[in-house]
Amino acid sequence: MSKRRATATVSKILNFSCVDGPGNRLVIFLQGCNYQCKNCHNPHTIGICNHCGDCVAPCPSNALSMSEGHIRWNAELCTHCDRCLAVCPNQSNPKTQTMNVDDILQLVRKHQLFLSGITVSGGEATLQLPFIVELFNAIKADPSLRHLTCMVDTNGSLSQTGWEKLLPVLDGAMVDLKAWQEETHRWLTGRSHHRVMQTIDWLGKHDKLEEVRLLHIPAITDFEQEIDALAHYLSALPARTTIRLNAFQHHGVTGPALEWPPCSASQINAFAKQLTQRGLRVLYREPVT
Amino acid sequence: MVNNMSIPEKFRQIINDPTLSPMQKSQYLALEADASLPYPEITESVKAAIEDNILCDMFEGNAPFKPRYVLPDYAKFLQQGSEYLELPPAKDFDEALNHLTILYHHVPSVTNIPVYLGQLDDVLLPYAEGLDAETIYRKLRLFWILLDRTLPDAFMHVNIGPTDNVICRTILRVDAELKQVAPNLTFMYDPEITPDDLLRQASHNICECSKPHIANYPVHAHAYDNSGFGIVSCYNSLPLAGGANTLVRMNLKEVARKASSSEDFFHATLPNYCQTMYELIEARSAYLHEQSGFFNGFLVQEGLIDESRFAPMFGIYGMAEAVNILLEKDGRDEKYGQQPAANKLGHRISKALSDIVTSTPVKYGYHGRALLHAQGGISLDEDVTPGVRIPYGTEPDPVSHIQALAQHHQYYTSGISDILTIDETVKSNPEAMYQLCKGALAIGFREFTANVHSNDLVRVTGYMVKLSDIAKFKEQGSRTNTTGLGAEAAANTGILNRKPRVVSHEQAPRYCDSQ
Repeated sequence: MSKRRATATVSKILNFSCVDGPGNRLVIFLQGCNYQCKNCHNPHTIGICNHCGDCVAPCPSNALSMSEGHIRWNAELCTHCDRCLAVCPNQSNPKTQTMNVDDILQLVRKHQLFLSGITVSGGEATLQLPFIVELFNAIKADPSLRHLTCMVDTNGSLSQTGWEKLLPVLDGAMVDLKAWQEETHRWLTGRSHHRVMQTIDWLGKHDKLEEVRLLHIPAITDFEQEIDALAHYLSALPARTTIRLNAFQHHGVTGPALEWPPCSASQINAFAKQLTQRGLRVLYREPVT
Repeated sequence: MVNNMSIPEKFRQIINDPTLSPMQKSQYLALEADASLPYPEITESVKAAIEDNILCDMFEGNAPFKPRYVLPDYAKFLQQGSEYLELPPAKDFDEALNHLTILYHHVPSVTNIPVYLGQLDDVLLPYAEGLDAETIYRKLRLFWILLDRTLPDAFMHVNIGPTDNVICRTILRVDAELKQVAPNLTFMYDPEITPDDLLRQASHNICECSKPHIANYPVHAHAYDNSGFGIVSCYNSLPLAGGANTLVRMNLKEVARKASSSEDFFHATLPNYCQTMYELIEARSAYLHEQSGFFNGFLVQEGLIDESRFAPMFGIYGMAEAVNILLEKDGRDEKYGQQPAANKLGHRISKALSDIVTSTPVKYGYHGRALLHAQGGISLDEDVTPGVRIPYGTEPDPVSHIQALAQHHQYYTSGISDILTIDETVKSNPEAMYQLCKGALAIGFREFTANVHSNDLVRVTGYMVKLSDIAKFKEQGSRTNTTGLGAEAAANTGILNRKPRVVSHEQAPRYCDSQ
């Protein structure tokens, strides 16, 4: 009998991703986030379903139904038209699954010959920390799986005590730094960025900082105004840490952020150039037009 | 292509085409001359199957006077020299490259230029002794440029690996730097011999230039005797010092349409059409072996090829449509590439084909047999998917894609290709390509091939084209013979619309002015 008890609310799993850490990764997207980013490109992963039932009627393939006060989702019938996401008053996704560690391990075993590792992402994955700790522990305890690297994609809001629990089984974390100034960060995400800075610092000290990501939204984020301070800060990060620049696009975005112009190729190039001129090595991709 | 022009009119059109080079004109004229002869004698049932688009002879011509694919033993040639070509044995690296350049111009194929240039690291390594790495690099770089400019056809194919050596490494370096259409390149991988780090270099090259194609060495080697094998043209695996005398292909989609159910397909329709296909194979290879005089030439006399090592390729395509049609006739709605039950029916068809091909004797074959081949399609195929591939636009993620098809690979001795198209994000994370490739080979893929979306150099079946060349082709023609095929494939088969993915197409370069 398995002693594993933790479960997670999973919104999606990808068998193949080359953008969520080094090599090919199985990515587990967990539902729920504690930030309310204006620019969120996966807003349906923010909320947790409260089974209000608003999504049932609009579903054209009857993949959603209500029984005993709970939304049921039939994956076989689902055509992934995402109308349910559009009507949800709660920024949630009715197509989530509750999975336990053994369910995930089964998937990892099925695909392990193709994998460099696994990444938990979100939403904000660390809101379901006990599950992640148990999952990573299980992988590191299995001789046939322990070569797989275990990574977390995070907004950096987890406390140091939380990271300490994960430390023995964590290979690296990818952290979003959403703005430089506290005010900008608060305005954009609804939260302070002190935790994020602490997380970056702490992960760096423990050799677990895989990647720091900056989302460039011209005229919205403040990276360019603060370029010298930003560059100075980034220069002090460990050598293993990748600095990745992302160009803001409209994909998935809702609300006022749709009024913001997307970041063009020349804008992301210019941002990268400013950092390179200050001695930094950055990775980025021009937006596909 | 049906063409109502008279023969002189066709000749005139080719001669006056402003986009063709004189050499290209000569080749097209020769093809028209061949096509004007009567077809080898075949029965009414074979004729009907050809007319019904069930069987196809791949436009090899009406009087086959050269094998489709020839794989000379180049190592032997360098060691012994050639009386016919008045060449002594090669003594050093320069002589070896010079000798090879000469012989290449005497190796025929369906395209009139060689489709196989040799296992070049094995062939050249004995002559590289004493040379430093930089000298080898300069010489191979010039050689690579010479090959692309003088043998202008992306079916021309070099093999390297599975051992780690300076020639293999240098060829990978040069190939990624030059990003040329030609030569096509296969890297052999053997988990027992090839270091991970060399497979990494090869798979990182794919991210740069969609080359090389990676072959599962132990699986191929096991299919042939100790005299070896080579990968030629578009993923055709064939005996070394031999080749393919002909390639005939069967459209499984049309065969399935003739069946009333999957059981009828397995018990009647498929075996019947296989028999008809064998008649066509026999007729075509008989002409080559008995009337053309090909096997009296110097390649045979000097022991560079051996008639007994030639085999017909038994090609199939349209597996995806065949499975979907049969399931529909059985009253089920699973789809090929998507549901396990559909994939399983596909595997069963491959096994049935393999049982037929490995048990049916042919007069001119490898150990008396033809070799089963998943054919990559040609530019004229519409609404039918190459080989056993998953239809364009319906592919699952790359890992599920590989898992759905891996079971087929054991059956297709003379080659099978599933071209994966990978999102361009892989360029900044080439380790993902390495993992994907390693996983595919580990679960039994005979060959692994990927295009990277957004590369200018892309694969069409097995040969390479530059998208920028296709864009210019209509106005200017192309120095490279295969660009026209790529342009036609782009127009007919929607290859460029592939949901990061593929096209297909392999055939003789024939005149394809756009009517």
